Amino acid sequence: MKIIDGKNLKFEYVKWNEEGQVESSMKAVDGVNLDIEAGDFIAVLGHNGSGKSTLAKHINAILLPTEGSLYVDGKDTRDESKLWEIRQTAGMVFQNPDNQIIGTIVDEDVGFGPENMGIPKEEIWRRVEKSLKAVGMWEYRSHSPNKLSGGQKQRVAIAGVVAMQPKCIVLDEPTAMLDPNGRKEVIQTVRELNRAEKVTVILITHYMEEVIHADKVIVMDKGKVVMQGTPREIFSRVEALKHYRLDVPQVTLLAHELKQSGVDLPEGILTIEELTQALEKCRSGKKLR
Amino acid sequence: MLRDITLGQYYPASSVLHRLDPRVKLVATLAFIVSLFAFGSVSSYFVATIALAVVIKLSRVPFRFITKGLKAIFILMLITVIFNLFLTPGTPVLEVWKFTITMEGIRTAAFMAIRLIYLIMGSSIMTLTTTPNDLTDGMEKGLGFLKVFHVPVHEIAMMMSIALRFIPILMDETDKIMKAQMARGADFESGNLIQKAKNMVPLLVPLFISAFRRANDLAMAMEARGYHGGEGRTKMHPLEYKKTDKTAYVILLMYLLLMFLTSRYVKIETWLGF
Repeated sequence: MKIIDGKNLKFEYVKWNEEGQVESSMKAVDGVNLDIEAGDFIAVLGHNGSGKSTLAKHINAILLPTEGSLYVDGKDTRDESKLWEIRQTAGMVFQNPDNQIIGTIVDEDVGFGPENMGIPKEEIWRRVEKSLKAVGMWEYRSHSPNKLSGGQKQRVAIAGVVAMQPKCIVLDEPTAMLDPNGRKEVIQTVRELNRAEKVTVILITHYMEEVIHADKVIVMDKGKVVMQGTPREIFSRVEALKHYRLDVPQVTLLAHELKQSGVDLPEGILTIEELTQALEKCRSGKKLR
Repeated sequence: MLRDITLGQYYPASSVLHRLDPRVKLVATLAFIVSLFAFGSVSSYFVATIALAVVIKLSRVPFRFITKGLKAIFILMLITVIFNLFLTPGTPVLEVWKFTITMEGIRTAAFMAIRLIYLIMGSSIMTLTTTPNDLTDGMEKGLGFLKVFHVPVHEIAMMMSIALRFIPILMDETDKIMKAQMARGADFESGNLIQKAKNMVPLLVPLFISAFRRANDLAMAMEARGYHGGEGRTKMHPLEYKKTDKTAYVILLMYLLLMFLTSRYVKIETWLGF
């Protein structure tokens, strides 16, 4: 089932001058067709200014398309009467953990979304407990968010979205401000949610290591989708990725360089294990010959 | 570290007063203050003193915390007392140079001092036993009737609690910007008052910009989580009156009645010969 369906999506940032005339405009999203199946883990890659964050904000109906259409779970984002339903269907986690935590205590913050939805008290508490346990922050429920680490804060933010029981979670560079440990925590949490709760995940990032487990990778450049496919397909095209100013995972790069200098390796190696196995095979193959 | 500063002056302890509904505490404090000004007689102040002492005892807050607030109003109190002492006409008791201290002057000065001291102590007990969050919750619910007059009660309460959440974050940020500017040669210490104020500009401008950016981000995050004002919103900690809260209201009523009766019928002043 399609959960997100975008057709020829365009969004223009318009700058007005003091007289109210259009001074300049910039197409942040330019003719994007999105087609996301429920339950998938989608990664969106792109260099700074590639329009990936703008695209993400469309899914939550924070921004509305200038042209084209976007349907979230069959609901048109331009339909104002469905606005709150859409925001409930597609939750959103932002980059800065400090600027998206509203409550002064962890459990209060997680309850913020359900409170807005007008859910009865007992149900809110049930959901808060469930979602805090899902992200592994239950022990911190009565802490002040100010005393948590970046990764923990981001997990609380994720719990806050999960408590609204969305079908889809959009994460807009959730790890950009975190240290490596925090990044790992957050990505593991998100993968676990996708696996256990069957929540559709749209992860926007520019860390390549985070996308290797995705079902599908979308690469954006200058507002357009330029590449689409499984991580293996995407990363086998190292030269094309370099053209879009994106890095490939270090292992993939090493394999690519080795291949270029004559070692017989398959394309699109993603993990260290795969590379060692391929090299092993390669060596024993040589022995046989 | 800056983050560890406690906001407001909440004193964590477990007492009947701490557990009381914030609305009860707000109403009681207000009633107490009104009673101090409405019933001015020696006998009713005697009642108020006993009531205050009992409440302090119940709160389990150390006495020095309660009197802390008095320092702030010391000057104000001194001025009130002096003005009342010297400028109230009546039967003279003592003459110092051009000023006359009257019997009535002593009386009003003493009453004024007692009123101010009790007022501060009474409200201190409330803020010491209620967390800022409970306080905003209490105000939101307690002042809910103002919605009829189109006062955005929920929005004000929300703003207050967000402000409380962002104070430590902004303090941290101030600290960071200050260090960053000092590393670039900014000087926040030397110079006279005007110079010092001028030196604050490189601190305040980035702080304001960052605060606006944060506000923008937060507003977006709140909208993304379905915030659309107080309409149709439920609470995870709804305020409900419990038995102790009802008892507290009864006690409050009894106190007010006692204050009224003593100020009316028990004239200690006349026995003392005022």
